[in-house]
Amino acid sequence: MSTYAQKKGAGAVIWDFLTTVDHKKIAILYLIAGGFFFIVGGLEAMFIRIQLAIPDNNFVSAGVYNEILTMHGTTMIFLAAMPLVFAFMNAVMPLQIGARDVAFPFLNSLGFWLFFFGGVFLNLSWFLGGAPDAGWTSYASLSLASEGHGIDFYVLGLQISGAGTLIGGINFLVTIINMRAPGMTYMRMPLFTWSTFVVSALILFAFPPLTIGLFLMMFDRMFGANFFDHTMGGNTVIWEHFFWIFGHPEVYILILPAFGIFSEIFATFSRKRLFGYSSMVFATVLIGFLGFMVWAHHMFTTGLGPIANAIFAVATMAIAVPTGIKIFNWLFTMWGGSIKFTTPMLYAIAFIPSFVAGGVTGVMLASAAADYQYHDTYFVVAHFHYVIVGGVVFGLLAGTHFYWPKMFGTMLNEFLGKISFWLFLIGFHLTFFIQHFLGLMGMPRRIFTFLPDQGFETGNLISTIGAFFMAISVIVLLINIIMTSVKNEKVGNDPWGDGRTLEWALPSPPPFYNFKQLPLVRGLDAYWLEKMEGKKGMTPAEPLGDIHMPNNSFIPFVISLGLFIAAFGAMYRAEHSWGLPVLIAGMLVTLLSMLVRSVKDDHGYHIHKEDLIDDNDKGVKA
Amino acid sequence: MHADEKFTYETWPAAPERATLEAKNKFLGFWFFLGGETVLFASLFATYLALKDKVPTAEHHLAKDLFEMPLVFLMTMLLLTSSLTSVYAMYHMKNFDFKKMQLWLGITVLLGLAFLCLEVYEFNHYVHEFHHTFTSSAFGSAFYALVGFHGGHVAFGLLWIVALMVRNSKRGLSLYNAPKFYVASLYWHFIDVVWVFIFTVVYLMGMVG
Repeated sequence: MSTYAQKKGAGAVIWDFLTTVDHKKIAILYLIAGGFFFIVGGLEAMFIRIQLAIPDNNFVSAGVYNEILTMHGTTMIFLAAMPLVFAFMNAVMPLQIGARDVAFPFLNSLGFWLFFFGGVFLNLSWFLGGAPDAGWTSYASLSLASEGHGIDFYVLGLQISGAGTLIGGINFLVTIINMRAPGMTYMRMPLFTWSTFVVSALILFAFPPLTIGLFLMMFDRMFGANFFDHTMGGNTVIWEHFFWIFGHPEVYILILPAFGIFSEIFATFSRKRLFGYSSMVFATVLIGFLGFMVWAHHMFTTGLGPIANAIFAVATMAIAVPTGIKIFNWLFTMWGGSIKFTTPMLYAIAFIPSFVAGGVTGVMLASAAADYQYHDTYFVVAHFHYVIVGGVVFGLLAGTHFYWPKMFGTMLNEFLGKISFWLFLIGFHLTFFIQHFLGLMGMPRRIFTFLPDQGFETGNLISTIGAFFMAISVIVLLINIIMTSVKNEKVGNDPWGDGRTLEWALPSPPPFYNFKQLPLVRGLDAYWLEKMEGKKGMTPAEPLGDIHMPNNSFIPFVISLGLFIAAFGAMYRAEHSWGLPVLIAGMLVTLLSMLVRSVKDDHGYHIHKEDLIDDNDKGVKA
Repeated sequence: MHADEKFTYETWPAAPERATLEAKNKFLGFWFFLGGETVLFASLFATYLALKDKVPTAEHHLAKDLFEMPLVFLMTMLLLTSSLTSVYAMYHMKNFDFKKMQLWLGITVLLGLAFLCLEVYEFNHYVHEFHHTFTSSAFGSAFYALVGFHGGHVAFGLLWIVALMVRNSKRGLSLYNAPKFYVASLYWHFIDVVWVFIFTVVYLMGMVG
């Protein structure tokens, strides 16, 4: 650390984060940006629940309600859940496979900045004439009829951030295939790495259909094309297909990493090897595969016909099998273990019944005939919040507590963590359990108000009260984060004491080169194996040598900025004369910075062996 | 082996595109990228098939009125040949013959450019003779989206290969730039394969009705 750990001013720190290609710093960027959008989306959710707390409410107007509802869904999926998932993948996966960085550090940074500028662009719609208002699914007939630029913000913002996600997916795939440490075979990879691997493959094949769908929508709305306009021969159902061919794998892209995080947590705090490791791997791959076969269950009422509906109904129900395998494996992991009830473990345990409830309603919704009753009611809203909040958000909160020490070198306060857990668990079930019944009683989703004396008052009020519990829980979590960051009590390599995988063999946070010497992996739960044999750390697989590192770069920021500028040009091209020049200028900024990247040699640099030896001699524990 | 090492014909490795870890990553990552591109084009093909000949009124021209075999056949031959010449270029790259690689890449670029010029002529012809435009009908939108997207890929590929040729013209081959040339040629083959499908699905199937 001697030559590298110098104190830096605020400007230098900001410049460092703007140009960083270090996966651990990019993880922090994803966590901060994703956390910010999570709070924005959460505020939108609170506005929804306040508006629906009592009948005939006029807290917001019908038009604004549509915008809030659309932005809540879009923000939570694309700008909160996705980047938070990416934060943990970036922070943990390279450490778990014993790599010094990802395969393409430059692209990693580019992926983040594309996501960030896309998200900012989308949210600027609030200040520039109104947000998108056609729902997060943005069905074409609604979107084409929507006035103003709301939908244009949706289309262009998601296009930019989607490109970033695709790049991230390719990056993780190559990292896992090419950069595993000696001895880290596929069947020794931790479950979180496995889920990152499968999810990256899903991203690779699921995002291009969204890209095309968004292109077609962009052409229709901004360039006079007729893909979805039936008066010109177009077909509005094409959008539905593309959206859900992307959209269904997308929900597995979100849930599988949460499954991965839970698998690590169950094994760690049951202090037992994960039960049925190979069947867990098999189930993860199978869920990923089946995820592409079921998109039309979102379109049962579109009118594809009984044969299509029947096939997609059966395929959908089949997914319950590998998911069931996972649930039982987690239960058997806990069975006979010596369980420690830490905050992450509480989230993991609470996740099982919550997610199973969401899965059961999923199977109910999968029967196409019954779906005609459930369709577009609060029953659907309850279902997907049970799987997404009860699964993904629980997973992300568990991961935040579990990996916080590894990312920041200090532990979140367990007492406050447990308070926020209980508030969140109670608030979550209070909010969404009642919505099953509201839906079955016939309350349609996406309405901005309801009339008195139809039996909806009590249910909606309870639901709103629950939402406040969740809001308070998030505030407690934020207080916890601020408190622990101010105190900043440093922890060692393995702060939970029961770490099993390679990341816990490293200092918290790890040095920027991760492993001084690549570790030799001798089995599943590599670090646990060494600990059980009485060793303090991993056995190195190579002699101490120079370490090759990539250079920082500002180019990813500029490439993304160019697209951000171009998006404004594309949007205002039809009504302002400056639109077209701005579009061209933005594209030129992007293409020229890509050219600069291509022609300027970037060989990276080496950390010399002598500097690494320095650390040992002085006995510095980073 | 390091990226900045100097080589001779004798010491040049058999698979220079995969000789370093960076190169291996680039090679594999690019294949994955092409996997994503395949889905991208598959989506456009699906859109085209759904919207083929979907026009608002009977005055609009359909696929069978538009396409003419000689032009499209010539374009196909140009692009297929350019794929072959890029194979020659990679053959010389593997044999550490930088000049011949540059020569064959140059021929590839010329063939690609000729293809692109014919495509511009073709689109121009449809617009002026048949009033078949991007905005005239759903069929027009789908046709220009698919074929134009491919044309855009050709244009990008040409710029890419030219940039590589100019950048490396004075310094010859190294393990740093060999993978760059190799993935550019992979991209070029991919464009060619997509065209084979466009030729079949759009033009051949269009002409038989």
